[in-house]
Amino acid sequence: MYWNEKYECIPREELEELQLQRLKETVERCYFNVPHYRKVMQELQLEPEDIQSLDDLKKLPFTTKQDLRDNYPYGMFAVPLSEVVRIHSSSGTTGKPTVVGYTRGDITTWSELMARSLVCGGAGRDDVIHNAYGYGLFTGGLGVHYGAERLGASVIPISGGNTKRQIMIMKDYGSTILTCTPSYALYIAEVINELGMKPEDLKLKVGIFGAEPWSENMRKEIEEKLGISAIDIYGLSEIIGPGVAVECQDKSGLHIWEDHFLPEIIDPETGETLPPGEEGELVITSLTKEALPVLRYRTRDIARLITEPCPCGRTAYKVTRIGGRTDDMLIIRGVNVFPSQIEHVLLETGYAEPHYQLIVDRKGTMDTLTVMVEVSENVFSDEVRKLEQLEYTIKNELETTLGISVGVKLVEPKTIARSEGKAKRVIDNRKA
Amino acid sequence: MLKQLSVFLENKTGRLTAVTEILAEYNINIRALSLADTSDFGILRLIVNEPKKAYEILKKDGFTVRITDVIGVEMPDRPGGLNGVLQVMKSEGINIEYLYAFLGTNGRGAVVIFRVENMEKAMEILQEKGIQVLSPAEL
Repeated sequence: MYWNEKYECIPREELEELQLQRLKETVERCYFNVPHYRKVMQELQLEPEDIQSLDDLKKLPFTTKQDLRDNYPYGMFAVPLSEVVRIHSSSGTTGKPTVVGYTRGDITTWSELMARSLVCGGAGRDDVIHNAYGYGLFTGGLGVHYGAERLGASVIPISGGNTKRQIMIMKDYGSTILTCTPSYALYIAEVINELGMKPEDLKLKVGIFGAEPWSENMRKEIEEKLGISAIDIYGLSEIIGPGVAVECQDKSGLHIWEDHFLPEIIDPETGETLPPGEEGELVITSLTKEALPVLRYRTRDIARLITEPCPCGRTAYKVTRIGGRTDDMLIIRGVNVFPSQIEHVLLETGYAEPHYQLIVDRKGTMDTLTVMVEVSENVFSDEVRKLEQLEYTIKNELETTLGISVGVKLVEPKTIARSEGKAKRVIDNRKA
Repeated sequence: MLKQLSVFLENKTGRLTAVTEILAEYNINIRALSLADTSDFGILRLIVNEPKKAYEILKKDGFTVRITDVIGVEMPDRPGGLNGVLQVMKSEGINIEYLYAFLGTNGRGAVVIFRVENMEKAMEILQEKGIQVLSPAEL
C-alpha cells in the first residue's frame, strides 16, 4: 500500500531530476534569504549558479546545530515571521534551544510525509491511531497527529502519561495503531501485564516507534509482548520532525523521503562524502522546506545508505537503523544528554580535572543514568558527612542541568578504565 | 598535633587489603585505624609511624589520600577516663567531628584520636586543663 505512489515509486532518474531542481531552489532561497548562508557561501566563493548537478552538493557548506544556536531564535528562517504558522523547539539541554519554524506549506509537506510514513508502516484510513507521543514544543505529537488526520485515520491525541488510562482507552476505543517512543511501548506492555490483561484484549496490530534509538532485540520484545508489528520511524526537528524516514513492511532499513530530503553519508572526521554502503554520519539537505531550509545538516547520527531496490517497490533509498552518534549524545527517557554537560557540572562543583563515567541501563522499561565520579584529592575529605554532601550536590546540580533523575556514585581513582590515556566516558548497557 | 592519613575506599571486597598490602611492603607500621563507611564508600583513617612516606606511596599507587591534623590524647585506662576528657571538651564547646580509640603500648594508658572543628583552640584548651596531648614522637 502506498500513500502517494507517484512519488514513492518514482523512477530514480526522474527523482534525481526533481531533486536537482529542488536543490537549486533551496540553495537560492538560502543564499538570498538567510544571512548566515549568504555569508558562508561568500566565504567559499560560491554562488547559487555553481550548483548545476547533484554532485555539486559537495561544494555546499555544512549546517550544524551550533549554527542554529548562534542564530537563535529566528536567525536561520528564510521567511518573515508573518509567514510562519508554527514554532517547535528542542529542549535546549546543552545551552540555547534550537528553534524551528514552519510555513503553512511546510505543515502541508510534513503532514503529507507523515501520512506516507504511517501508510508505509502499515496504517490506513480505517485505523484508530493512538498517538502517545508528547504534544507540545516536541515535534513528535503534532507531527504524527497531522499526518494521521491527513491520512484520514481516526487519531486519538492522548499524548504521554497516565498509562492505565491509556490502556483503558486503547481497549474501549479499539485503537489499532500505537505511536510513541519504543521505551514507552515496552512500559505499556508491562502495565497491560500487571493489569492481568493480554495483548489479545486490545486490537493493536502495528506500532510506529521513534524519537529514541532502539535495537532489534527491543523490537522482538515489543512485538512479542504487545502482539504487534513494530516499525521504526526517524526524524529530527531541524529537518522537519518525525516522518523523515520510516521502515516499510520489509523492515530492512528506513526509506528516506528523497523527493524532500537529500541524504549523504560523510566521514565525520574529514567531511568527505562516502560511497553508498559505507557507514558514516547522515547529512540531510532539505529540498522543499520554506521557513527553515537547511543545507547539508549534520545529524550526528551514524548510518549507512542502502541503495539496492526494495521489495516494497518504493524507489527511495533506505538508511540503516541509527547505530550511534558521531558526538557522544545520549538519549535517556527522550532527553538529550551530552557528557560535556556532566563535565561542566563537575567543574563547577570544585573538580579540577574530573574523571567520570556515565552508565546507562534499562531497568525494566525505564532508562537510568548513573554517573560514576572519581574522588580526587582536591575534593576528598576525611569526613563522611562532607563526601555525602559532595555526592548530594553533584546529584542535585546534574538533575537541574539535565532535567532527569541521576544516580551519583563516588569511586576510587583509576576505577574508570582509560584506554590510550582517554577515559571511556559512556557505557550504554541498553544496546544489548 | 598528630598526622592522620585518610584514604578513600570504595565499599567492595579487597579494597582495605590493597592498602594494608602496600603499607606492609614498605614496612610502615599502623598504630591506629578506624574505618567510617556508608553503603557506597568508606574512609580509612590511619595513624602510622611514617605518615609522609605512607602518603607518597599510597598516592603513587593511585589512592586518594589526604593528611589531616588530629589530636591524640592519652588518658588513664580505667572507668571514667574518656568521660573526663569529653567533659572538658563539652564544657568548652568543642564540637567533635569524629574520634577513635586504641590501647597504648609500653605501659601507657588508653589513647583517643580526636578530630574537632577548631583544632588550634582545642589544643590550647586541653593543654590549659592539664590533659596530656601526644606529640608524634610520643606515639
